[in-house]
Amino acid sequence: MYAFTYHRPTTVRQAVNLLAKNSEAKLLAGGHSLIPVMKLRLGSPGALIDMNKIEGLSGIELKGRSLVIGAMTRHGEVATSQVVKEALPALADLAGMIGDPAVRHRGTIGGAIAHNDPSADYPAAVLGLGATIITSKRRIEADEFFKGMFETALEPDEIITKVSFPLAKKAAYQKFKQPASGFALVGVFVSKRGADIRVAVTGAGASGAFRVTAFEEALKKRFSPKSIEGMTVPATGLNGDIHGSAEYRAHLIAVLARRALAAA
Amino acid sequence: MSATGIGAAVRRKEDLRFITGKGQYTDDISRPGETRAVFLRSPHAHAKIKRVDTKAAAAMPGVIAVLTGADLAQDKIGNLICGWMIHSKDGSPMKMAPHPAIAANKVCCVGDQVAVVIAETLAEGKDAAEKIKVDYEVLPAVVDAAKAQSAPAIHESAPKNTIYQWHLGDAKAVDAAIKSAKHVTRLDIVNNRLVPNAMEPRVAIAEYDSGTDNLTLWNTTQNPHVARLVISAFVGMAPEHKLRVIAPDVGGGFGSKIFIYPEEVVCLWAARLVGRPVKWTSDRSEAFVADAHGRDHITHAEMAFGEGGKITAIKVKTIANLGAYMSTFSSSVPTYLYATLLSGQYDIPAIYCEVDAVYTNTAPVDAYRGAGRPEATFVVERLVEVGAREEGMDPAELRRKNFIKTFPHQTPVIMNYDAGDYGASLKKALDLADVKGFDKRKRESERAGKLRGLGYSSYIEACGIAPSQAVGSLGCGVGLWESAEVRVNPTGSVEVLTGSHSHGQGHETTFAQLVSERLSIPIENVSVVHGDTDKVQFGMGTYGSRSGAVGMSAVVKALDKVEAKAKKVAAYMMEAAEGDIVFKDGKFTVAGTDKSVAWGDVTLNAYIAHKFAGSQLEPGLKEGAFYDPTNFTFPAGCHICEVEIDPETGNTEIVGWTAVDDFGTVVNPMIVEGQVHGGVAQGIGQALLESAIYNAEGQLVSGSFMDYTMPRAENLPSLKVDTTMTKCPSNPLGIKGCGEAGAIAAPAAVVNAITDAIGSEDLAMPATPPAVWAAIRKAAKMQKAA
Ligand SMILES: Cc1cc2nc3c(=O)[nH]c(=O)nc-3n(C[C@H](O)[C@H](O)[C@H](O)COP(=O)(O)OP(=O)(O)OC[C@H]3O[C@@H](n4cnc5c(N)ncnc54)[C@H](O)[C@@H]3O)c2cc1C
Repeated sequence: MYAFTYHRPTTVRQAVNLLAKNSEAKLLAGGHSLIPVMKLRLGSPGALIDMNKIEGLSGIELKGRSLVIGAMTRHGEVATSQVVKEALPALADLAGMIGDPAVRHRGTIGGAIAHNDPSADYPAAVLGLGATIITSKRRIEADEFFKGMFETALEPDEIITKVSFPLAKKAAYQKFKQPASGFALVGVFVSKRGADIRVAVTGAGASGAFRVTAFEEALKKRFSPKSIEGMTVPATGLNGDIHGSAEYRAHLIAVLARRALAAA
Repeated sequence: MSATGIGAAVRRKEDLRFITGKGQYTDDISRPGETRAVFLRSPHAHAKIKRVDTKAAAAMPGVIAVLTGADLAQDKIGNLICGWMIHSKDGSPMKMAPHPAIAANKVCCVGDQVAVVIAETLAEGKDAAEKIKVDYEVLPAVVDAAKAQSAPAIHESAPKNTIYQWHLGDAKAVDAAIKSAKHVTRLDIVNNRLVPNAMEPRVAIAEYDSGTDNLTLWNTTQNPHVARLVISAFVGMAPEHKLRVIAPDVGGGFGSKIFIYPEEVVCLWAARLVGRPVKWTSDRSEAFVADAHGRDHITHAEMAFGEGGKITAIKVKTIANLGAYMSTFSSSVPTYLYATLLSGQYDIPAIYCEVDAVYTNTAPVDAYRGAGRPEATFVVERLVEVGAREEGMDPAELRRKNFIKTFPHQTPVIMNYDAGDYGASLKKALDLADVKGFDKRKRESERAGKLRGLGYSSYIEACGIAPSQAVGSLGCGVGLWESAEVRVNPTGSVEVLTGSHSHGQGHETTFAQLVSERLSIPIENVSVVHGDTDKVQFGMGTYGSRSGAVGMSAVVKALDKVEAKAKKVAAYMMEAAEGDIVFKDGKFTVAGTDKSVAWGDVTLNAYIAHKFAGSQLEPGLKEGAFYDPTNFTFPAGCHICEVEIDPETGNTEIVGWTAVDDFGTVVNPMIVEGQVHGGVAQGIGQALLESAIYNAEGQLVSGSFMDYTMPRAENLPSLKVDTTMTKCPSNPLGIKGCGEAGAIAAPAAVVNAITDAIGSEDLAMPATPPAVWAAIRKAAKMQKAA
C-alpha cells in the first residue's frame, strides 16, 4: 500500500467538500473492494474519505411501496433484516449470497453499486427491480446509472446516500458462482411489478449488468419459466475467461432465468 | 493398548499452542536489527536482461543495499541444484541448466528473481524495488509441455528443451502383448498443474555473527538438514558446521517446502554482506509464482486386455513439464516416483513407460503431495475403469480379477510389494458406499433431472521413502534413512530428537505415543524435538509419507538401545545378572523373583552412577540410532466417489465418498483420519477445481485466490473413512504411511464417477462446470451424428 492522507468527515456535506477539493481522493465505505486494490499497489488514491462516521447513511426503512436502504448499510444487515425478508425476500437472499461473513459484515450496498464490479450481485437487483439511486445531488434511475465496467453515472464529487427499491409482487435471484472468487459467474434477477417486468443479468456482460429485453417481452404474456422455454441469449458481447466461455455464460443466463422465474 | 499408546486417538499435543495463537512460525520471529528483503521479479516469462539500473532504488529512503545477479556471481555464490540424477535412454545425463538465485543474463519465467532490495522496512523495500530499472529484450515463451520440444531452447545446455528422455520396462514385451490383445483401451490424459498453497507462505530469516563466523537460517522447510547440506556443499554459502538451519513451526508444506529455494540463499548471502539479519516473507501473490508447482503431465496410455478382462500390458508415454529450472527433486517425480507405480494393485506381466521431461517458461515443478504417484494412479485407474466400460464388465469385478493376491510380488517396474489385501479394502468400500443401492439412487436423481455416477480408485503408493542403497542406484544424491536420539533425563522424562519434521502431521503426539507405550510413562513426560540442525544430529526430513515408517523406526531402534542400557543399570541396582532383567509395564524385574525397580529409579541411577563404577558402565542414558528401511512401504486402498451432476449447468456435487485404506499399523486413528480428509480434499481440488493456467505469453492467469479455486468445505461431502490392515513387514512397527493417500486416490475416483454419470470419457481435469457441460454437449452431438 502507498501512503495516503486520511479524512473522517461526519456529514455528507463535509465529505462532498473534501471530494470536490481533492481529485485524488476516494470514498471509503466497507473497504472490501478498495482496500484489496490498494494492498496490491494497483490503486493509489492520494486521500481516503472514510464515511463510517457519517450519521444517517445506514439503515433500512419501508416507505410506502418502496424499501429504502442507506448507502452504508452492510450486506449482512440487508440479508438478515426482517423488514427486507418480508417486503423483498429476493433482495435479502441476494445480499446473503455476497462473499463470506467477513465481507458481508463490512461491505456496503452503496460501495457495491458505486464500484459496479461487472460480477457484483447488487447491480442485478438494482436493475432487476428498477431501483432509484439517491445521491448527494439527485435521484438517478437504475437504467441510467450503470455505464459499463466499473463505470457509473456518478460525478466525481457525488455520493450515494440511499437506494430505493420499489416492492415487487414477484422477484427472485439466481446466482451461479465463479468458483474461486465467489462472485457471480452469472446472476439473474427477475421481477414483476404490475406491467413492469424485468430480467437483469450480472457477471456475464462485458460492460456490466444488463437487461434481457427479449425475455421481458416474452414474459409479458405470462410470468413463468414456460414463456421463455427454448429461448436463448446471443453470446456476442458476453464475457469469456478461464471460468467460462461467452457461450457458457449465455447458456447459463437462460437456465438461471428459468430457475429464477420458477422460484419467484 | 494403553490410553496414550500406539493405536489410541490421543488429542494432538501441539494443537493447544496452534489454536491459541502461540505457535512460533518463522514470520513470528524477529531478530534484533532485522532488515527486510524485497525481490524484484520478472514480469516476463522469457527475456534477456540487458541492463539492471539500481541507482535510483539505492537512493530511496531506508535502503541498505540493492543487489543483482551480477553481484551474486561476483561473490561466487553457487547455483541451485537438482539432487537426483536421471539418465536418458541413450545413457546421457539429464541436462541440468544453471539456476542462479538471482537471474543475471536472462529470466526464464514470470516471477524469476531479478534483484533484491534490503531495506529498513517492508514498505521502503517495496517502494525502492519499483525504482529499479530493468531493460529486457523479450523472447518468445513456451508454456505448454507438448510444444516445448519444438520451441527455441530456453537453456543452451538443453537442446529442444529436453531434460531427459527416460524409460522403464520392457518395450518389446509390451508391444507384443498389445498386438495380441483381445482389447486395447487408449486414453489421452492431462494431469493438471497445481499450486501447492500451504496456509503459511514461505519465510526466511538469515543472521550472520561476525564474532563466530556462524550463519543461522530460520526457514519454512520440511527438511532443515538437507537444506543445510545443499546450501553448504553446493551453493557454497558456508561450511556445514558454520551454518545452522532452524525450521520452527511450519504451517503446511505438501512438498513445496522440501526444496531449497533462491530466496533463502539470497537472505543468507545478503545478511553477511550488510551485517544485519535479513528477513523475507513471501506474500500470497509471490507464492503463486515462486513456489514450486505440482503435476503437469501430458500422457498417452494404453492398456491391453486378454480373455475375461485380464490385463496383459500397460504402455505409457508422458511428457512432464518441469518448468523453467530443475527444482531440488524434480527429476525423480515423473520417473522413479511415477513409472514404478504403474502396476497399480494389479498383476500385470508387461509394463513400459517413456518419460520426456521438458523445460518451459513456467514456475519450476517438483514434488507435491503424492508426487508422481497421483499421476500414476490416475493413469492406471482411468485405464482400468474405461477398459471395464468398453468391455462391458463391472469395474469392481475387473479390478478383483486382476488384483495381486500373493506377496511378496515383484512388479515389472522395480517395486517389490511386501504385503496387502486389495480385495479386502475393495469389499469393505463397496459395502460402506452401498454400491448395491446405487441404481436406485441413480433413478431418483434422474427423476429430479440429475445425472448420477459412481467411480472407483483402487490406488497404491510407494511410501516410507526409502532404502538408501536402492535410491542411490536410481540416481538419488542422498541416503533416505532417518535418525533419532532418545535422551532420558535423570527424573525419567524423555526428549526424542528426530530428523523427521512436522509441518502439520502431529509428530509431537504420535512420536510421544510410541515412547509412552514403550516405556510406560505418561505422554506428558515425553517431548519431541525437531527442526534444528544444532539440536538434532541429522535428518532427511518429512515427505513421501516417511515419518512413521522411517522416522519412528529410528526412534524404535534408539529405544531398544535405551532399554538395553537401562537393563544394565537395573542389574547393578538389584545385584542381578543383566540377562535376568525383564522390562515390562515400566518396571525392571529380576526374572522369577518379586525384585523390581521402577523406571524413574533406574534413570536416576543411570545419572548418579553410584551403583556401578566407571570401568563397569558409562553413566547416563541417551542413545542415538540411524534407521535405513529395507524396502519402500505400500499403502493401498479403495476410494469410491459418488457424484450428482446438474446437466443444465454442468455442476458436479460429490454426494458420497468412501475411503478404505490399508496403512498398516495406525499409531493415532484420529490423526490418520485427518490426513485422509486433507488428502481427499486436495485430490478433489485437483479433480474439480484447481488449475494453474498460463496464457501463451507465460503469464499465470490463475495467480490469486480470485482465480485459483481452492477446495472449500462446501465442495466436500461428509467422508466415510475406514481402514483394513495388513502389517508392513519392512519396519518394526508395521507402519505404511498415510499422508498422501487421499491426494493419490481421489482424482481418479472423481473423474471415473463423472464420466460414468455423463457417459463420455472425454473430460479433462479440473472438471469445472463449463468443462462438464461442454463434455455433455459434445457427447450428445456425437450421439446424434452417429
Ligand atoms: C473476498 C471478497 C468476496 C467478495 N464477494 C462478493 C460477491 O460474491 N458478490 C459481490 O457482489 N461482491 C463481493 N465482494 C465485494 C463486496 O461486496 C464489496 O464490499 C463491495 O463491492 C464494495 O463495497 P464496500 O462498501 O466494501 O466499498 P469500498 O471498497 O469501500 O468502495 C468501493 C468503491 O466505491 C466507492 N464508494 C463507496 N461508497 C460510496 C458511496 N456511498 N457513494 C459513492 N461512491 C462510493 C469507493 O470510493 C470505491 O471506489 C467481495 C469482496 C471480497 C473482499
